[in-house]
Amino acid sequence: MGVPTALEWLGSCAGCEIAILNIGEALVPIITEALDIVHAPVLMDHKYFGQCGEGVTMEIPEATVGIVTGGVGNHEHVEVLEEMRKKCKVLIALGTCATHGGIPALMNGQDRKTSWEGIYQTLTTDPGATVPTVEVPAPLDRIYACDEKVKIDMQLPGCPPNPALIAEVIVSLLEGRPPVLPGKSVCDTCPTKREGKGAVTTVKRFITNAEFTPGEPISEMRCLLEQGYMCMGPVTAAGCAKLGAPSCISARVPCRGCFGPVRKDGNQLLDMMNALASNGIDFNSVVDRRSILRFSGAHGMLRPVKKRIEEEES
Amino acid sequence: MGTVLNIAPVSRIEGHAKIAIHLNDAGNVEDAFLHIQSLRGFEKFIEGRPAEEVPRIVNRICGICPWMHHLASNKAVDGCFGVTPTPTGHKLREMCQVMAHINDKILHFFFLAAPDFVLGPDADYAVRNVIGVVKAAPELATKVVKMRQLGQMMLDKFAGKAIHPIAGVVGGFAKPMVEAERQELLEGSRTLLDFACYALDFAKTNVFAKYMDTIGSLGVIKTGFLGTVDRADGSFRIYDGRQRLMKADGSYVDFEGADYAEYLGEHVEPWAYSKMPYAKSWGEGFNLDYENPKGIYRANTLARINVCDQMSTPKAQAALEEFRAAFGRPAQATLLYHYARLIELVYACERTIELLEWEGITDPNVRARVEPRAGRGVGIVEAPRGTLIHDYTTDDNGCIKSANLIVGTTHNIAPMNMSVKQAATSLIKGGVYNQGLLNQVEMAVRAYDP
Ligand code: SF4
Ligand code: SF4
Ligand code: SF4
Repeated sequence: MGVPTALEWLGSCAGCEIAILNIGEALVPIITEALDIVHAPVLMDHKYFGQCGEGVTMEIPEATVGIVTGGVGNHEHVEVLEEMRKKCKVLIALGTCATHGGIPALMNGQDRKTSWEGIYQTLTTDPGATVPTVEVPAPLDRIYACDEKVKIDMQLPGCPPNPALIAEVIVSLLEGRPPVLPGKSVCDTCPTKREGKGAVTTVKRFITNAEFTPGEPISEMRCLLEQGYMCMGPVTAAGCAKLGAPSCISARVPCRGCFGPVRKDGNQLLDMMNALASNGIDFNSVVDRRSILRFSGAHGMLRPVKKRIEEEES
Repeated sequence: MGTVLNIAPVSRIEGHAKIAIHLNDAGNVEDAFLHIQSLRGFEKFIEGRPAEEVPRIVNRICGICPWMHHLASNKAVDGCFGVTPTPTGHKLREMCQVMAHINDKILHFFFLAAPDFVLGPDADYAVRNVIGVVKAAPELATKVVKMRQLGQMMLDKFAGKAIHPIAGVVGGFAKPMVEAERQELLEGSRTLLDFACYALDFAKTNVFAKYMDTIGSLGVIKTGFLGTVDRADGSFRIYDGRQRLMKADGSYVDFEGADYAEYLGEHVEPWAYSKMPYAKSWGEGFNLDYENPKGIYRANTLARINVCDQMSTPKAQAALEEFRAAFGRPAQATLLYHYARLIELVYACERTIELLEWEGITDPNVRARVEPRAGRGVGIVEAPRGTLIHDYTTDDNGCIKSANLIVGTTHNIAPMNMSVKQAATSLIKGGVYNQGLLNQVEMAVRAYDP
């Protein structure tokens, strides 16, 4: 019998779950032999309130390993996360939503209540509609990362996380050793050519393609930051590289920071300001600076702008 | 006071939902709901973002169909900035989209839905899952895992990221395809096409033939359908075309995506975060009564298969003819979504090959010149779960001023509620229920692949 394991998703998009499946053939022995999956809404039918739905309190079975994906955005998420904490010996936060808030935490930059009301007043929505409140979980004041609500034993960011690293975390746990994870920045795993400070003083929007010769290896392309694009490689945790280059860079597209800050509690916005400054690039040339925090807006990083400041910034 | 059965979470689906079945004192179904549990607010928090960044933000709406959001968004931004992508840019986007459809269909049919059919709807819940399938049919399972991985890795390698893609860009695509990549993708696609034909045959004999009675009764409702067809000849389309809104009697209107708001409205019920799109243009309002629905149409595989005049690829066309001969047009049985899904799988493989064999596919001219500006754009693609609509307005700086999204899954929220109630009402009588019956209620949801 394998190690009892429970999987849960909070405010997840299911991309983290797909990343688990993308472990591929190696996943088959993991889920059929090494692990004994006791609860996982996406894959199996264990229910919170008993198989016939007659129970009144939510229940998840005891497990040695627990994996949660997604951020914490409503009261049901809190309840599920607390139940997972209670029932799992080792709790892993998987994916940038779970570790840093992820894209949904962009909502933390706005007044949630007004925004939600606006969602039910769009062009095609029937007039008079209001935010639903019956039998749907009530929202929290903002989006939280999992470790803001319960103790998390291991964090594995990525949007989505790298399947090879997910497998490494699981296998290392089973073998009782610390996992081997890349600790440095995306740039450290990037083979592009760096020629040092150039004539670039401002960053441009990604409305033209990068310069490169099609078919040539990534190592023949000049660093995208040096080409004048805002590339967040310097301020983003390594881990996405699969085929010898960071994922986006391998498609000749600049990094937007989806693995979160290099240090767990780093601030990608401050770090990026510093990185640009040290390359002699004017930070004011970045359109929409707040979206530098698009993946790491939990932990109080992204807050609604006060009207006054908004006027100053725009 | 009667009892409420809370089936939570609805499992082996791709989102967050619960079913509440309300029983009266006699133990019969008084009412049944599918509650949609999550709301994140993408429409709002993309406001202020530079529009060209949005295709790599909204893909996080769904990790199962990120390519669909990515591309609908790119098309909307094309519209805002008034740019027409180069022909090769369009075709590379489409190729990635159809490849993503391939992976999605393999995932849905074999990983999520198949346990109900391979192990049986009443099998013990502890084994009625993909792990159970692996143990019960290891050969099939290994093949499925391999094929899904092949498709996923082809996309990952060519486009950098298969999940939460970044390679589609306003004006076209971020990188051209070179001959070596084309050859490799072609080889993979041919393998996938073989598998698709095998999967359809497998399902025809082992699933559809065996479960004909269930198919004819479970969650069956009568509705209209929405899909996308070729502007010229009404063929099945997923990347681009005209929208077709069909009534239950088979009559239809076609419209251009930009006019969607004249045809579709979104109804809001207080018990689901998800809005419920309906056919506003029918002028009959909105009603969820499954015996007498108003304004209700369905989207997703069965809808597309119903609205199209034909499939543009030969193997898929043959499958469609066989399907129509057996079930008519429009076919209404809910479990036929699975059958339609496999016909689409065959199409997606054939279409990938067709695109790769197009002589212009390796043309280096993949991105048109773009200038950020104020404008409006409506981008529509067919996501696995239905017609996906992104509608953006930008300011002078090319940043998002407002957005309206109608997400594929939501088209089927109203019909799923009807199917749930139909299934619950016909299966649960006099207070008699068990986990097998309740799983069949869930199967009515699972067919829609929400
Ligand atoms: S981290 Fe990314 S892939 Fe994972 S749930 Fe969040 S948005 Fe989806
Ligand atoms: S800035 Fe970007 S392109 Fe340059 S080395 Fe870092 S990750 Fe690579
Ligand atoms: S390059 Fe950056 S944005 Fe792209 S996958 Fe890697 S960490 Fe994420």
